[in-house]
Amino acid sequence: MSTSGHSSIWFFIGILLTVYGAMIFCYGLYELATGHVANVVLANLHAPVWWGGGMLILGLFYGIRFRPGRNG
Amino acid sequence: MFGLVAANGMSLPLINAHSHLAMAASPLARLGALDIAVIVIYFAMVIWIGFYLKGQASTSEEFFMAGREMTAWIAGLSFVSANLGSLELMGWAGSAYQYGILAAHWYWIGAIPAMLFLGMVMMPFYYVCKTHSVPGYLKLRYGQGASVVSAISFAFMTVLMSGVNMFAMAEVMKVVLGWDLNFSIIVSSLAVAAYVALGGLRSAIFNEVLQFMLIWGGALLVPILGMVETGGWNGFKARLAQNIASGAIGQGDYTHMWRSMGHFTDNPMGIHWTGIVFGLGFAISFGYWTTDFLVVQRVLAAHNLRSARMAPIIGSFFKMAVPFIVILPGLLGLVVLQNPNGTLMHLVPQNLATEGSGLHSYNEVLPLMMVRYMSPGLLGLGITALIAGFMSGMAGNVSAFSAVWTYDIYQPLIKKDASDQHLVTVGRWATILGVVVSIGTAYLVMSAAGIMDYVQALFSFFISPLLGVVLVGMFWTRATKAGGFWGLLLGTLTSVGLWAWVKADPHALRYVALSPDAKDMAENMYRALWSVIVAILVNVVVSMATKPKPAAELEGLVYGATKIPEEEPVPIYKNEWFWTAVATVMFCALNIYFW
Repeated sequence: MSTSGHSSIWFFIGILLTVYGAMIFCYGLYELATGHVANVVLANLHAPVWWGGGMLILGLFYGIRFRPGRNG
Repeated sequence: MFGLVAANGMSLPLINAHSHLAMAASPLARLGALDIAVIVIYFAMVIWIGFYLKGQASTSEEFFMAGREMTAWIAGLSFVSANLGSLELMGWAGSAYQYGILAAHWYWIGAIPAMLFLGMVMMPFYYVCKTHSVPGYLKLRYGQGASVVSAISFAFMTVLMSGVNMFAMAEVMKVVLGWDLNFSIIVSSLAVAAYVALGGLRSAIFNEVLQFMLIWGGALLVPILGMVETGGWNGFKARLAQNIASGAIGQGDYTHMWRSMGHFTDNPMGIHWTGIVFGLGFAISFGYWTTDFLVVQRVLAAHNLRSARMAPIIGSFFKMAVPFIVILPGLLGLVVLQNPNGTLMHLVPQNLATEGSGLHSYNEVLPLMMVRYMSPGLLGLGITALIAGFMSGMAGNVSAFSAVWTYDIYQPLIKKDASDQHLVTVGRWATILGVVVSIGTAYLVMSAAGIMDYVQALFSFFISPLLGVVLVGMFWTRATKAGGFWGLLLGTLTSVGLWAWVKADPHALRYVALSPDAKDMAENMYRALWSVIVAILVNVVVSMATKPKPAAELEGLVYGATKIPEEEPVPIYKNEWFWTAVATVMFCALNIYFW
């Protein structure tokens, strides 16, 4: 929802998901690159890479799609 | 209902905040720098939203009703999010570990029919009469008496419950992260006070939608990885059966919802299907989802009637999905949680998870599952989801309190000629007052834990009788002012009386719940049912003996006296009746699949 030319809530969600996604994705890449994986079950699935990557893509989509000044 | 009533007043099964004091001393999770950064960024974001929206909350309609500009999606997600407190997430996950999939009743039959009924049947009346609140509807329908009783009880119970849940949440943070109680209470409440006082309902709704996304983003990974580990639903059931056969898990039907409801003794909750269907599915669920202003306020903020009707329907789909992030992790905990030595972990009731015992309680199953699967960053996201859940519940409470205090208590009783600007100022201060009273209640509960049980019981007294009064008033033109007042009063007294009777003599439960085999959980369901029946009967009898309002005064308030505005035809995929039918089919399918 965008009201009176103001930013939509989806834009804020996009920003937050982008920041979180980037942080988690980068940590996942670090794990992949160094082999130092966290001591959690199913660490071999590298959840931070795909979960963080998914959040990053979704965040970028919302951030761009609902950026201020664009009717959403 | 039983145990703790969640931030929103709906229900919470087993978590009991003061018994958290007895939980294991060492924190379950240790956060790294990345996790802390995730939490700090979240707080920065919610405060930013509050400041950003401050300029859009300058009139009372903007501050209290978000300008009635919300789309169906925003209102719908906010509607569900205001109910999705973190204590509820943890409590029901623990309940699923203990009782199995029976806990999903509180998400499906205990929510979906009522949400659809609100959207398709009741919302036109709430929306057409342009009320600002549920007590406001009572004023239009029944006059000042019933409205003031309802407003005062709602306002004070809301902030008291907010405080109880604030304390419980601080206890959870202490157990999970080792955080100081004062730190959790002060930081979270200041953040909520800031963004709600600045941006009003719009800010609360924006943050609730944000929090909703976070809850899913933070919690959904647990059941996904749990399903991978167990080999899917069939793999989970096979491991569960194996554990039951070997005696590692107690006997019971953990994966079916209705088969064991034939008699009170057939299921561990001690409930009969009549209690689930009529008590939970009607008296409690309809009372909460259709008359509790905390949730109804979100839908009233929709920008047109179609959106207001669609909002609860959209919400119903997400509500149906919540068991996948709450109930499923609890069930998975039965087969995947292990002790450090590799043996199956057994969670225990809270009174056994004492300091030094090395045992964990049922309510810790969700954090334990998070710690099991979530690496740095993801764990911070999961913890942020819990904090977000708490804050959305609290924001819901204080924004609803602010509106009811200003419109239904301050304006009619204290300053009738208040200007619009004055009402906004009162609303901002009421928000801060609500948070301060909540903090005070939290510390009161901390110093005298027994108070909490009474506060929770107090809240439950008002919801179901209110349902009886609203339903009769909305669907019967003959209902009178006196009928509404006496129905509300005697329905509430029935609830109080039954509660006191069972409190004084626990054996009285056999009469309240109609069976000597009923357990505590059944009491709330049947008590709610009797109180709504009394409220309806008294309302009808008194109305028959008193003079009704002229039909002309009921326009926009009562079925049969109101012309519902016709809406523009839309494609089927935007039609509210179509989505109601889809939600109904899904609801039936889920119950049949897990029968």
